[in-house]
Amino acid sequence: MTDTIPETPAPQLGTPVIEVEHLEVNFKGRVGLVSGLMGHKSVDAKAVDDVSLTIHEGEVLALAGESGCGKTTTARAIMGLIRPEKGSIRFKGKALPRSTTSLRPYRRQVQMVFQDPTAALNPRQTIYEIVAEGLRIHNVNEGPNGESEEELVARALSRAGMRPPERFYLLYPHELSGGQRQRVVIAGALVLDPSVIVADEPVSNLDASVRGEILALLMKLREELRISILIVTHDLGLAWTVADRVAVMYLGRVVEIGPAEDVLQKPKHPYTKALLNVVPEAGGEDRPILHGEPPDPTRIPGGCRFHPRCPVVASGRAEALGILERCNEQDLMLETASPDHEVACHLLPLGEDP
Amino acid sequence: MSVLSVDDLRVTYSTKGGDVPAVRGVSFEIDKGEVLGLAGESGCGKSTIAGAILRLHSPTTKIEGQITLDGKDILDLSPGKLRAARWTGASIVFQGALHALNPVQKIGDQIVEAITVHRMADEREAHVRAGALLEQVGLPPRRIDDYPHELSGGQKQRVMIAMALACNPSLIIADEPTTALDVMVQAQVLKLLRSLQHDLGLAMLFITHDLSVLVEVSDDLAVMYAGKIVEEGPANEVFHTPVHPYTKALAAAFPEIGDDRFRRRPSGLGGDPPDPQQIPSGCPFHPRCAEVTQVCPELVPELWDAGSGRFAACVHATGAPSLQTTNP
Amino acid sequence: MKTETEPIAPSTTGTEVALPKRLSPRKIRRARRRKALSRFWSQFRVNKMGMFGLAIIIFFFGMAIFSIFANKGRLDPTITTNGPILASPSWAYPFGTNLQGISVLSLVVEGSRISLFVGLTAAFISMVIGSAIGIWAGYRSGYSDIILMRTTDVFLVLPWLALAIVLAAVFGANMWVIILIIGLTSWAGTARLVRAQVLSVKERTYIERSRALGGSDWHVVTRHVLPNVMPVIFANTILTIAIAILSESALAFLGLGNPLEPSWGTTIEDAFRNGALTLGKWAWLMAPSTCIVLVVLAFTMVGFAMDEIVNPRIRER
Repeated sequence: MTDTIPETPAPQLGTPVIEVEHLEVNFKGRVGLVSGLMGHKSVDAKAVDDVSLTIHEGEVLALAGESGCGKTTTARAIMGLIRPEKGSIRFKGKALPRSTTSLRPYRRQVQMVFQDPTAALNPRQTIYEIVAEGLRIHNVNEGPNGESEEELVARALSRAGMRPPERFYLLYPHELSGGQRQRVVIAGALVLDPSVIVADEPVSNLDASVRGEILALLMKLREELRISILIVTHDLGLAWTVADRVAVMYLGRVVEIGPAEDVLQKPKHPYTKALLNVVPEAGGEDRPILHGEPPDPTRIPGGCRFHPRCPVVASGRAEALGILERCNEQDLMLETASPDHEVACHLLPLGEDP
Repeated sequence: MSVLSVDDLRVTYSTKGGDVPAVRGVSFEIDKGEVLGLAGESGCGKSTIAGAILRLHSPTTKIEGQITLDGKDILDLSPGKLRAARWTGASIVFQGALHALNPVQKIGDQIVEAITVHRMADEREAHVRAGALLEQVGLPPRRIDDYPHELSGGQKQRVMIAMALACNPSLIIADEPTTALDVMVQAQVLKLLRSLQHDLGLAMLFITHDLSVLVEVSDDLAVMYAGKIVEEGPANEVFHTPVHPYTKALAAAFPEIGDDRFRRRPSGLGGDPPDPQQIPSGCPFHPRCAEVTQVCPELVPELWDAGSGRFAACVHATGAPSLQTTNP
Repeated sequence: MKTETEPIAPSTTGTEVALPKRLSPRKIRRARRRKALSRFWSQFRVNKMGMFGLAIIIFFFGMAIFSIFANKGRLDPTITTNGPILASPSWAYPFGTNLQGISVLSLVVEGSRISLFVGLTAAFISMVIGSAIGIWAGYRSGYSDIILMRTTDVFLVLPWLALAIVLAAVFGANMWVIILIIGLTSWAGTARLVRAQVLSVKERTYIERSRALGGSDWHVVTRHVLPNVMPVIFANTILTIAIAILSESALAFLGLGNPLEPSWGTTIEDAFRNGALTLGKWAWLMAPSTCIVLVVLAFTMVGFAMDEIVNPRIRER
């Protein structure tokens, strides 16, 4: 079926471009006037609770998990759109400054692609203006080789697959299809020659048959321009298609991270395994499905945060292996399972698989 | 024994900009205890069909063809009989229980209302039945007094299913029932739907754009494009060995993890689904087709036999009339 | 299966605009504005209510411009006899004359200029203050929002008539004082409306995108928030003009107008005070009153028509 498509080769892990360490982001809870008077305290939601990860040059890293796991918040913190409580984010070795104005040079280098391409485009602006906005914000009047603003815009549109670019200059977003709108968003990001693109669910709002195009474009950008890509997604199938490495998040923490082949085919964390089990496929009759809803970030369970829903605990296997107490009471961070593959699970020291 | 039989259904909306032919001749049958999956993307007409079966469209919408539910000709029913058929003959589980539930009414009352409106029981009995329905969908009966905002997305969807079952319909139409839900919750709801359908022997029409969900849930699968069915057959066959190039493209969007054919090979379709008012000549898919031949812009395909129980509206189907096909 | 199919340019390209030879940001912005204006006009043109109101406004504007040349020196109220006193309507004096013998028609024509000027200027002041406060409160949130909104609430419930009387008594009743009074007391409604619109626009993804691109607050507000708020402001301003004209008339009617600058309101006041009703001099009273009603109605109709076009929720399908 797909034997005419050449495989995009897997790159080596380059130098680290973005290093996130012990990131913590809280969302303040709010108490209404009456509840406050009655003594109810507001509870903060720990959206991101001690997350560390590295994005290397030219790699595609997928940040996966259910809604509420903190992946979107992490992405926005990396973009500098949300200020973290604690932790550091380093770009090419230098820590991110705090204020908006000093963040501006950083913003040239790290760009974002949004989930809803229709909402991400100002309906009153023409395509040309939308793509040129980045250049105007940063007062770029000409490119590094003396290109005019128009040439830069045309090049960005071409790179994003909109050819010939001139045909789109005076069009409005509502005159384009969903896939084209997302290409415009990508062009707007490319025009500044970024090193990193953070894509938040870049294809989930697009028609299924059009998704492949946008994903292929992202991969082409990685290959031709050595742009690193962080893709936030809930779809592990997507991670299988494009990602070099996958990081799985649960309740604000990374519970497993490693090469896509390893994490998606030989998962070492019970949550990853559960997520993989529920990817619909033919004949998936009685696979174990987790009970309940993804829990509340304002009430993170003690011990391993996954233990209330963990199938290994529920089946009694944890008790049989003697780690039940640790699961219930001991919180834990990522530890190395094999080179490049880390997991935060009490099964690891025993060498057991979920 | 066929519960729902649709024959050459054509639905045309009338708008200020002219007539919009959303459905252009669709036929299928669903037997008792069978699940038919209807797949397609935005604008293909699949949701229009759901509304047409229960005649929920506005009076200006033209519905032609034949829809037979439980032996009754739906398009011929008087308003009174039609209202009676709704919910007792067939019911709908909508997408996004967010807006389908009345936020100021307790969920129990909403289920009771569904029962009493159809005079299937008096209030007291209806309450008892509502409690039983909640249990059937996996919710504790005491939640009967909850308001929708006290429930999570998955729980609300379960309430929708309970409501759909309230009047013992023979057919359930599920229109994107799991689209807005998290993967884990989606799996739970799908499991529930399948077990209910199996236990109660219901016929089900499952409409969604997510092909992988259909493969898991349906017996037969039909793929729609530009208002017509372009491929149909046993779910497994259609998904794993599609004949129609559109089905191939759609299936490629839901790769199986571990399948190396898809590793680092995203593939998709260029262009857009066609505007119903400007459908391309011949085969409507030909402008975007990777396997287009010279005859495609001229020949309007029919559902020809494609082997293994499949039918495909494509010149590449084995049962297609032999033509001089020269690949460009 | 294609790896990367180049997307076909859309089959429905809407209005094709000829591409200018040399593309510059200014040319593009002008092209866009032209396109937006023509789109707006084509929608407005078919709105019967709006067009009717517009016709009336144009008529009275014409009258106002005419008045600049027409009435030089003929309206001096200090002269007791300019012509026949309290004449009934005739060919020479279509609406009759007032107590000073001045033709009521001349008063109406002159009044159009004064009333429209006061109405427009006061509305403009109100719009500027209201929009600035609304945008600041909506965009900033937090303490600025709270303080500004409570201030707005105060102005909203202010008994402006009482305040106007006091201020007029203190500062004298001339046209500019009236303009300032109306402008400074009627901005609260605009502020709330603008703030609501800003709040809704603020959450949109393209705002986040602009910030992600590195845009400063000023850039985001001027490039994205303002253009999306402008239509609402504009429609609201039109309605504010109507209210301002009415307010001016009310103040004039209460005797706070300047008799040396005859507006419709002062003419009505003059007529009322001099017993036009008991004397049966209907034209003296009705001519300016009808003008006020027509103009206010016209602006309201245009305002509603604009609202229909600008606010997609009201638009019929």
